[in-house]
Amino acid sequence: MTDSNAIAAAMEPRLSADKRFVLLASRLWAWVFLGVMIVFFIIAVPLFGGATFLTVRNSQNILMAIVPVLLLGLGQTFVIIAAGIDLSVGWVMSLASVLSAHAIRASYNAGAPLFLAVFLGFAAGVGGAATVGLVNGLIIAKLKVPAFIVTLGTSFIVRGLSLLFSENTTVIGLPEGVRDYGNEALFYWVRGEGGGFYVLERPEVTGALLRSMDRILAWPVVITAVVVIFCIFLLKRTQFGRHTYAIGGNMQAALRTGIPVDRHIIKLYMLSSATAGIAGVLSTLRFTAGSAVIGDPLLLSSIAAVIIGGVSLFGGAGSIVGTVIGALIIAVLTTGLVMLNVQAFWQFIVVGAVVIIAVLIDQSRDLILGRRGRGS
Amino acid sequence: MSEPILSIRHMVKRFGGLTAVNDVSLDIHPGEVVALLGDNGAGKSTLIKCVSGVHLPDSGEIRFEGRPVSFPKPIDARSAGIETIYQDLALANNLDVPANIFLGREMKNRYLGGLVQTLNDRQMLREAAQSLAALEIQFPTLTQPIESLSGGQRQAVAIARAIYWKARLMIMDEPTNNLGVPEQQKVLELIRRLRDQGVPVILITHTMPDVFAVADRIIVMHRGRKVAEKRMADTNASELVQYMVGALDDTRTVA
Repeated sequence: MTDSNAIAAAMEPRLSADKRFVLLASRLWAWVFLGVMIVFFIIAVPLFGGATFLTVRNSQNILMAIVPVLLLGLGQTFVIIAAGIDLSVGWVMSLASVLSAHAIRASYNAGAPLFLAVFLGFAAGVGGAATVGLVNGLIIAKLKVPAFIVTLGTSFIVRGLSLLFSENTTVIGLPEGVRDYGNEALFYWVRGEGGGFYVLERPEVTGALLRSMDRILAWPVVITAVVVIFCIFLLKRTQFGRHTYAIGGNMQAALRTGIPVDRHIIKLYMLSSATAGIAGVLSTLRFTAGSAVIGDPLLLSSIAAVIIGGVSLFGGAGSIVGTVIGALIIAVLTTGLVMLNVQAFWQFIVVGAVVIIAVLIDQSRDLILGRRGRGS
Repeated sequence: MSEPILSIRHMVKRFGGLTAVNDVSLDIHPGEVVALLGDNGAGKSTLIKCVSGVHLPDSGEIRFEGRPVSFPKPIDARSAGIETIYQDLALANNLDVPANIFLGREMKNRYLGGLVQTLNDRQMLREAAQSLAALEIQFPTLTQPIESLSGGQRQAVAIARAIYWKARLMIMDEPTNNLGVPEQQKVLELIRRLRDQGVPVILITHTMPDVFAVADRIIVMHRGRKVAEKRMADTNASELVQYMVGALDDTRTVA
């Protein structure tokens, strides 16, 4: 076996201890950054803003705030890992919101019970969204048009459709009870005399007690959590996820090893649109209205979350947990700065800086590891 | 001598007015390393691509393991047992060793009657480790993305993948290109080991030292034609160079 030992010695990769440290640091920095930021706001907000940062209500507000950004980012994570990009998700979310509102209103008015109407709303919103993804995927995979251009084009088309279907306004007149689906929660916590902790049922309280009632894990948050877990499973534990990484890492290798690349790409864009569709339906439930302009402002935030989370725009690297942390970082940052009474434009400046720093950290890791270009 | 595993008869491949492969016949036997030698444009890559299913020859016959075969697509050649390792290796650098060996043919756990299928990474790791051990290849770790591996190590992964999937003929395109000298030696050693395990190897190269290090037989091509076929013992480097540049040509001078 001296032979094989010699081979092993000659072929052994050399990673020194300090390089390994850098590697570890670059993987963990987002967690550390999130932690440091939370500690900073816990200390700074009472000092300068006069409020308390770490409250149950505030944490739930942050979770509700990240729901749409995160849902847009989840599908996007798959697409970008496969070295694609989906610029249409913002308007697709709007389209899903409008379609679901129409479906809920029409089916309820036709006599359907509320839960069935809401279910049909989900079907219409997510189904309509996935259809856009199917079109994106077909054009990208079969006609070989760059994803950037295809999804830019469809985003304009979908924008037009959203405004058309909503008649240039919001879709209102939804049944009252829809509101509960978008706002009620798994747990309720009422502080003070006569309060308590309630599971699955909203306590009948009024006055001061109502004001001190916190909803913990609202339904949109629960649904998003389920989607997150599904996405983690899909990316890490299934052949679908493995092929997603392979296509992003080396398209030629994927083709030559017999991976059905075209079909896979179509599925990726359908997945991306579908998670955006869920975001659209949830916003309809939350606001009891379908809005044609709800999604567009969230597109760039969602891509920022994906990038901060460590997904490489060149494809082949990234994780769902990273995207969740990316979305959390943006939401905590924004909330914290608001509570510090910092003017709104500073939020954008800070988020932008964090995006660039995140990419710089990823690049320095590649540099230190002497990473070769992909595909060779 | 034993039955040839691959035999090509009168193969012709034209691209427009250019005849890239002109009436070439050759045999490959089990357990031999055959070097396919030739200058750039000699037609050796085109010949090989006809065997691996990238090109469809215009005329001629390919027999593999005694049966006439035709490979309209690369996947057809691969499923017949002909593995071609190109210079780019077709590896995903962002995935680890087992993921690459099983790329496109992943092992899965099935639950709920196949409704839910997960990757069986443990089994794939075990099988990958075994197939590497059979080739006496040792890596410190198999579970890191292979971009941290050297060029020779990645070459070894590509070879191990081909062997795992029961390659009965290996075609390697310039395997020692872009490698340092010690790594070149290791790759050549792997090629010898493949031969010792009975897997014949066609080695496309124009690196003379590689030829003399591993080849049993040498076929030289020049301008699309086979100009020489020599046993290792019967030739030398300067003679081969003369064949490569067209100064010597057995089809013309020798009956």
